[in-house]
Amino acid sequence: MSLFRNIVFTAVIAGLLSGLLLTVMQSFSTVPLILQAEVFENAGGEAGHSHSHDVAPAAGAAAPADHHHEEEAWAPADGFERFIYTAAANALSAIGFGLVLVAASEALGGFKGWRGGLMFGIAGFLAVSLAPGLGLPPELPGMPAAELGPRQIWWVSTAVCTAVALGLLAYTRSAVFAALAIVLLVAPHLIGAPLPPSHETAVPLELHARFVNAVYATNLVFWALLGAACGILRARFRAGEEASAGSAVKLVSR
Amino acid sequence: MVTKSAATAVSVSTSKIIPLSMTALMGLFIVGFVGFSHLEVVHNAAHDTRHSLAFPCH
Repeated sequence: MSLFRNIVFTAVIAGLLSGLLLTVMQSFSTVPLILQAEVFENAGGEAGHSHSHDVAPAAGAAAPADHHHEEEAWAPADGFERFIYTAAANALSAIGFGLVLVAASEALGGFKGWRGGLMFGIAGFLAVSLAPGLGLPPELPGMPAAELGPRQIWWVSTAVCTAVALGLLAYTRSAVFAALAIVLLVAPHLIGAPLPPSHETAVPLELHARFVNAVYATNLVFWALLGAACGILRARFRAGEEASAGSAVKLVSR
Repeated sequence: MVTKSAATAVSVSTSKIIPLSMTALMGLFIVGFVGFSHLEVVHNAAHDTRHSLAFPCH
């Protein structure tokens, strides 16, 4: 139980720290671009609406009411409230990523200090940001995209395949596993991400390019800090583990 | 001697399996809820985070 508690402490503190840094970086880089894109999204809103009304009659009479209901779903008010919810969502995501990162590292023998943590963090960036982003580039509001479900499945599969591949490359020494890792790295991109039927959008390309750059830059810094902080804190929160592991060894040797 | 140390290594790692899988599942659940939930309210609250972390959105 002490292992579980120590991992949770590590992930929560590292997640809060890196989530806070991520929020600060985002408020200067990605969030202003999202707000700009929303202006285009709302200006080009007629196109989006006519599209959804084309779909609605086919889906049945109840669909327009549902659509209307969705429009009225609660959303944080722009400004401070929206910032607070973004900060909370960032911190929660960071804690979640931290929990997975520490659990993965423990299963593979531990971080062994901040440097190992940094390596895990960069692996996290490659698996969770870069690899899925090759097929599904970071989107701005108002950009066309395929159905959400298939995109989420492709995103998760790509992240898992890339993470497993990086683990095989770093922790095995046989050529067969290296070959398997290369296959896992490449396969999701050969299969290809679900694409929208049309790429037409009111959002300028230049805005999107700046957004993609900002997302990768902020996520790289975020993952590097998350990993390094997990590496440092994991070494601090070891109380009780050696003792219980020692008693387990004693029990077995008896 | 060798078998004994192998047995201890296995027993330590098996004692780790439950807490490690619990933490990993907890982390995946949190990320899944914030980044992948189809609930409209959760989507709206985490909107800027989803876009900025390049999660599939909308």
